[in-house]
Amino acid sequence: MGEALPVVRQAEVARALRAFLPARAVLWEEEDTRPYECDGLTAYRQLPMVVALPETEEQVRRILETCAGMKVPVVPRGAGTGLSGGALPPGDGVLLSMAKFMRVLRVDAPARTAVVQPGVRNAAISEAAAPFGLYYAPDPSSQIACTIGGNVAENSGGVHCLKYGLTVHNVLRLRGFTAAGEAVELGSHAPDAPGYDLLALAIGSEGMLIVVTEVTVKLLPKPQCAKVVMASFDDVEKAGGAVADVIAAGIIPAGLEMMDRPATHAVEQFVGAGYDLDAAAILLCESDGTPEEVEHEIARVREVLARAGATRMSVSRDEAERLRFWSGRKSAFPAVGRISPDYYCMDGTIPRKRLGEVLKFIGAMEKKYGLRCPNVFHAGDGNLHPLILYDANDADELRRTELFAAEVLEKCVEVGGTITGEHGVGVEKIDQMCVQFRPDELELFLAVKRAFDPAMLLNPGKAIPTLTRCAEFGRMHVRGGRLPHPELPRF
Amino acid sequence: MTLEALQERIRQAAARKAPLRLRGGGSKDFYGNEPRGEVLDTRGYAGIVSYEPTELVVTARCGTPLIELEQALRENNQCLPFEPPHFGPEATLGGCVAAGLSGPRRASAGALRDFVLGVRLVDGHGRALAFGGQVMKNVAGYDLSRLAAGSLGTLGLIAEVSLKVLPLPAVELTLEVEMNQAAALDAMNAWAGQPLPVSATAWHAGRLCVRLSGAEPAVRAAAMKIGGTRVEAGQFWHEVREQRHAFFGGREPLWRVAVPSNCPPLGAPGGTLIEWSGALRWLRTRDARELAAKAGGHATLFRSHDKRESVFTALDPVVMSLHRRLKAAFDPAGIFNPGRLYAEL
Repeated sequence: MGEALPVVRQAEVARALRAFLPARAVLWEEEDTRPYECDGLTAYRQLPMVVALPETEEQVRRILETCAGMKVPVVPRGAGTGLSGGALPPGDGVLLSMAKFMRVLRVDAPARTAVVQPGVRNAAISEAAAPFGLYYAPDPSSQIACTIGGNVAENSGGVHCLKYGLTVHNVLRLRGFTAAGEAVELGSHAPDAPGYDLLALAIGSEGMLIVVTEVTVKLLPKPQCAKVVMASFDDVEKAGGAVADVIAAGIIPAGLEMMDRPATHAVEQFVGAGYDLDAAAILLCESDGTPEEVEHEIARVREVLARAGATRMSVSRDEAERLRFWSGRKSAFPAVGRISPDYYCMDGTIPRKRLGEVLKFIGAMEKKYGLRCPNVFHAGDGNLHPLILYDANDADELRRTELFAAEVLEKCVEVGGTITGEHGVGVEKIDQMCVQFRPDELELFLAVKRAFDPAMLLNPGKAIPTLTRCAEFGRMHVRGGRLPHPELPRF
Repeated sequence: MTLEALQERIRQAAARKAPLRLRGGGSKDFYGNEPRGEVLDTRGYAGIVSYEPTELVVTARCGTPLIELEQALRENNQCLPFEPPHFGPEATLGGCVAAGLSGPRRASAGALRDFVLGVRLVDGHGRALAFGGQVMKNVAGYDLSRLAAGSLGTLGLIAEVSLKVLPLPAVELTLEVEMNQAAALDAMNAWAGQPLPVSATAWHAGRLCVRLSGAEPAVRAAAMKIGGTRVEAGQFWHEVREQRHAFFGGREPLWRVAVPSNCPPLGAPGGTLIEWSGALRWLRTRDARELAAKAGGHATLFRSHDKRESVFTALDPVVMSLHRRLKAAFDPAGIFNPGRLYAEL
C-alpha cells in the first residue's frame, strides 16, 4: 500500500474484484461512485476508490478475502441514512454496498421471528409480518428508508424503545463474515447461545467488527390498539418533571416524547399536526395494548399529567388522529429542514432529572454562538435531539455549529450521560469519545477491534479514536488532575 | 474493601500469573466447569451506589447481596425484570451478572443482558474501566458491558453494574391448565404471538402454569381468554426459579436446553420441565446435547457431579478463536476464572 499511484491502485482493486463479480457490481468511474460519497451526515464527503455491490454471501466473502489480501480498507453501507458518517467511504478502499441484499427470506409466524437480508428496509419487516398480526418493534424515524443492516451496525432505537427496547433487544441472530472473510454466526434462534455474547458486541459496533449478511429478528404481536395523550406545558422543566412523574407512577408508556416551542412551531407549519403553539413544550405519551388496558393507562396518565401542571390535554380519538399527533414528531427533522438551509442533529442522552439544566445550557449556547436550536427529545429514555440551524454556505456558521454541538455533547457527558444515544459515533463524534472515555478504556476498545480485525481494515478510523488522535484533539479525559500517557506528543 | 484493594490484588496475581477464582457468595459454585485458583472474595465490595426510581436505573457494587438489592427495589415498587435465580441466600449481584442467568420472566421481559446498562470492570492489568453508563440509550463505544454479562468472570472482575429496572406489575395471577406437552407448546407459542400479558409459563407432567402480570383490566381479560383454574402460585414460581421444584431433585445430571420456542417435544427420557414459552427445556437425559443440536439450540450441563464432559456446548472454531483473542485482550495473563467457561479461556 502507499507506493502505487491512486489510479493504479484503483485499477488493481477493481480488476481483482471483477475476477468474480459482474461488471455492474464493481463501480469506479466518478459518475458512478459519486452517489456513495456520503451518508445522512452530508457535511463529510469522500469519493470511494471502488464501490462493490455483491448479491450473494459468497461474493461478500470473496470481496473481504480479496481486500484483506491486498490490504484494502472496506466500509459496509446500507441505505446510507446514518447520521454520524459511519458509512463515509474510504478514499483508498472499497465501499461495500449491501443494497442488493433486500429479500425477506422467511417470516416464521409461530416462532415470531423473521429472517431477512441486511438490505431490507426496517419498515418492510413490519409490512411482511403484518398479515400474521406481528411487527418489528424498533422504529427509527428513518424507518421507511433505513435498512436492518444499518440498524444492527448502529443499534438503532426509535420512539418506542423505553417499552420495547433497541435493536440489541430485538435481534436474535446474525450471520456474516469477519474482515478476513471467515464466516460467523452469532446468537441463535434459541433464546441464547453458548460462550460470550458476541451478538450484543456486534450490534452497535458500527460495521467495524463483522459484515452482516443475514439477520434474524424477533417479532412482537401487534398491540390491539394505541392512543396518545398530547399535553401542553407552560414551562419546559415542568414538562420534564411530568415525565418523571409518569415513570414514578409505575407507568411505562409505549412512547414518551417532548418537543419545545421552536420545534412545534417548525413542524406545525410543515404538517399541521394540531400542536398547541402557545405551549413552552408539549409531551406526547402513548399507551398501547388491549382496549381495556389502554383506557385504564390513559386515564392514569391524564391524572398524573394534570397534577404535574399540564395546561391543556387531548387524547387521540381515533387512529387517524393518533397518527396526526405523531406526524409532527416523526417529521421534525424535515420540518426543521424547511425553516433553515441546514441543520445539525445532535444525539446525546442524559439522566432525565438533568433535563432542565441541559436545556438551559443549550439556551445559553444559542446566545453564545448566535444560532437557533429547537429541541426534540425522546423524553422517556433521556435521548435528546437538539437541532442546530445553520447555513452550510457560511463557513463561520458551520464552524460555530460544530463548536456548539461539541459543547452540548460534552455537557451530556458531564451530567452523567453519553455523546450518542442512537446515531452512533462514526466520524462525527469521534473526538468527543476522548471526552467520554479514558485512554485505557479506548485502548481496550481498540484491542477488541484487533481481536476481530487484526489488520484494521473494516471501517477503519470510525467510532474509536486512537490515543494520538485524542492527544491532538487536546481534550483528554482527565481524572484526578493527572494527564494520562505523558509519553504521547501534545499539540 | 476498596476498589483499589481489588485492583492491587489483581495486579499482583497478574504479575505472578496466578489464577484467581472470582467469587461472591458462592451460590453458583456448581455452575460452569470446575472453578480454579485462589479465591478473590468480592463480598467486601458491596452496596448500592445510586438508585433513582424515576430514572429506572440502579447502580450497585458486585458484592451487594441480591436479596438486599431486590428489597431496595421492592420498597419503591420496582424490580429486576429478568427475575434472576439466586440459588442461595448468599447470591451477590456480581455473581448474578457474571452468570448471566434469567428467571421465569425471561420470555416476556428479556434476559439479564438486556437490562445491563453499564459496568465498571477491572481488567487483567488491574485497570478499573467504565463501559456503558446509567442511561437507557447509549451507543458510544463497543457494548462491552453486555459482553461481560454471562462471561462467568473470565474477562474481568465486574466491580459495579448499572441495571435498568421496571415497575412491579400492578396485578399478578396464575392459571393452571391440564395439557399434554405438544398441546402446551402450541398454546404457549400461540399466546406469545398475541398481545396478552403472559409473564411466565411452566409445563411439567401434564400441567401448564401461566402467569399473567400487568394492569388489572388486561390481566382480567387475558384470564378469561386462557381459561383454566386460578391457583395460588407465588411459591410455585419461586420453586421453579430456584430449582427447588421436585423435578430438579435427585442426582441425575440436569441439562439446560435452549431451543427455538416452537420446536416440538424433544422426546427425552427422564421427563422435562419447560419454561419460557417453550424456549427453555430442562432435561435429565444423557443425549441432551444431541437433541438440542437437532432442534437448532444448545445444551448446558447445568448441574452434575461428573463434569468430565464439557459443561457448555463447543463453539465453532472461528467463533472460538474470537473468544480466545477477546480473552487475551481483557486478561493477557489468563488469571480470571481460567477454564470455568471453556478450557481454552
